[in-house]
Amino acid sequence: MNRKVGIVAVAQTEYEEAKPAWREAEITHQVVEKLSEETGLNFAEDGTGIDATVTCSSDHWDGRTLSDIPHGEVAGAHLRAEEKVSSDGINAVIYAYLQILSGHYDVVLVVATCKESQTVGHIIENLAFDPVYQQKIDLDFLAAAALQANRYIHKYGITPEQRARVVVKNRGNARNNPFAQLRAPVSMDEVLSSPMLAYPLRSLEAKPVSDGACGLILASEEKARKLAKKPVWIVGMGQCYESHYLGDRDLAECDALSLAAKNAYRQAGITDPMRDINLAEISEYCSYQELFWSEGLGFCGKGEGGKLADKGVTESGGKLPVNPSGGILSGNPTLVAGTARVAEVALQLMGKASARQIPKAKTGLAHGTYGPCGQHHAVLVLQA
Amino acid sequence: MANRIAIIGVGQTYHTSKRPDVCIPELCNEAIRAALKDAELTIKDIDAVVVGNMELFEGRYHQDLWQVDYVGSYHKPGFRVTTGGTTGGTLACTAFFCAASRLFDVVMAVTFEKQSEGDSRAGLKTVADPLWDRWISTGAIGTFARLGTWYMKESGATEEHAALVRLKADRNACLNPHAHLKLHLNTVEDVLKSEMLVPPLKRLDMCPTSEGACAIIVASEKKAKKLSRKPVWVKDWIEVHNETRYNRGDPVSLENLEKAALTIYKRNGITNPRRDISMAEIYEPSTWAELVWSEAFHFCEKGEAYKLIERGITNRDGEFPVNPSGGVIATNPIGATGMIRVAEAALQIRDDAGAHQVDRQVKKTFTTAWGGSSWTVAHLLSKTLN
Repeated sequence: MNRKVGIVAVAQTEYEEAKPAWREAEITHQVVEKLSEETGLNFAEDGTGIDATVTCSSDHWDGRTLSDIPHGEVAGAHLRAEEKVSSDGINAVIYAYLQILSGHYDVVLVVATCKESQTVGHIIENLAFDPVYQQKIDLDFLAAAALQANRYIHKYGITPEQRARVVVKNRGNARNNPFAQLRAPVSMDEVLSSPMLAYPLRSLEAKPVSDGACGLILASEEKARKLAKKPVWIVGMGQCYESHYLGDRDLAECDALSLAAKNAYRQAGITDPMRDINLAEISEYCSYQELFWSEGLGFCGKGEGGKLADKGVTESGGKLPVNPSGGILSGNPTLVAGTARVAEVALQLMGKASARQIPKAKTGLAHGTYGPCGQHHAVLVLQA
Repeated sequence: MANRIAIIGVGQTYHTSKRPDVCIPELCNEAIRAALKDAELTIKDIDAVVVGNMELFEGRYHQDLWQVDYVGSYHKPGFRVTTGGTTGGTLACTAFFCAASRLFDVVMAVTFEKQSEGDSRAGLKTVADPLWDRWISTGAIGTFARLGTWYMKESGATEEHAALVRLKADRNACLNPHAHLKLHLNTVEDVLKSEMLVPPLKRLDMCPTSEGACAIIVASEKKAKKLSRKPVWVKDWIEVHNETRYNRGDPVSLENLEKAALTIYKRNGITNPRRDISMAEIYEPSTWAELVWSEAFHFCEKGEAYKLIERGITNRDGEFPVNPSGGVIATNPIGATGMIRVAEAALQIRDDAGAHQVDRQVKKTFTTAWGGSSWTVAHLLSKTLN
């Protein structure tokens, strides 16, 4: 029999444009302290504490080999187990989930941290492209996203207004999220007239530079029931890589996401996502992505993401609210973004999402992605 | 207790100083093809691929992305995990966790290093805390010079004992088709006369800078029994990291190594490691490390490791072989190094190591990876399931 794994606590810092007063590890520490306070857990080794730590950070963003040294040492990794998942933070959560499923650990701490303000993202992201063909044309994830947006718009007739609607919705939702960085709403006109960043994407259609951290504690069923009144159970997981070379892919298709979702849905017994899922937190680093990933997740047919937004289905009062937290467009650091998606869904299912709470949420979906044009996708289905 | 899993395939590239003929993903491709061939599987049999290396050494961001089309993770799940020098050992654990989770049946782990495409020493210097420690940061050589000095004082061992460790490593490496440095050294003098780096550390006391890749394939119990004629069972694994402060006064930092070993021994009923375990492949980047860490792993009493080498106990044909592959002293493609220990141990258990197969029957093996500030990963493999 497979074990059951629950999320028992989540914590986030406020996400800010810059946190010059704090070193990376201090930001991590703020989250670890909150989690420890909430659960009463410490790093005792007699079976009553946290068994292991999974960190998520990047040598590149932190400017340091072994960036998990500072993060690990404030997250209990002194003479204990720690592993660093160096990709989008949803994968750190999934890794902890697998660790507990394996029977090796019962309680695992996950924490993702990034201080984007300290460096220039363009330089780092450019190093993710193969050095022979793609790095040399100075691509970064935004430039790649613009290429993808063009292809997607061309193939399916997505309009600027449909993309802008995502921004207006998410920035509107962020008003209710005390952790969000950009909490001032924006209008359609403001989005549509904001400066061009990378054609066709305008500046309000892309995520801002952000600093912060997000963490969770996962536990086996027995421990989870003791640690939380309402643990949130992980009932489905899917991950999938896409090919690296942009020219090898039809950028208007997101097969990897569909494959990841298919696996997660099969495990969770979901046959009709629109009916079976009550809310979703999707990684939209750019406006078009929320529409596009919604298609990949099976919320609508191919090319119908724009119509989904038109109909208001994904508004907080709609049939399937998407990004009630305000999403990444309202400010989450890279790497942390995926962890924050899981944390936000967990808060919703725990009934602890305060002003952004979606009533009667029982099943939620968290999605994370990294790499150019969504090269790696991960999906978690959570249940109250 | 964890769900039961086995290693059903291992593969390595040859290791050398520079591989200008291949790019990083091509290098990894050689290792995964070798592992698939060893397991008699195709990429279609693999459910997930996990990868890792030293994150900053080659400068690539999200290294896994470029590797996708070469390591067979296209349209498959996967992780990128990195923990510095221990990465290879950790990635073995990653594959163990994945296969034992029952969400995947067959998992492949791939690790590599291609140091000629970056600057490893520059990378290592930035390990130290930028505020407190970076001004005294020395990379690996200073660390092991300090270890040697300390050990000679503590135990009465001499530089000749370290040289004996090198001779053993070289003898073994000369028999291992994958090993990097095959120096055909004959005498202690050959080692002692090598160039002094930082006293007492000489060039031949240290590992080389290698390029290469290693892959292993891990399967759930059911799949392992079905797919493999010689599954190597994974009994246990552990990871022990610590707080990193170069200036806190402990010259040798052995507590991680000792804790990893003692915990794994205790959990698996091992009371006398040299009797209960058949052999070890440990991560020893320097001759002095093999001596001191043999004590930390309780292969002998404190201060007596030099007697192990003096008496030939850790030789390939000895009572308790340590690093019959030639070890890290002969071959060190950093990100892959920890995984090579596991792959080599699996070959020994299967009796497939060829010329460097140990003389005694191998039932259980102890393997380690080392990195950071003595971060330690350890694994226990077994020929039998129970």
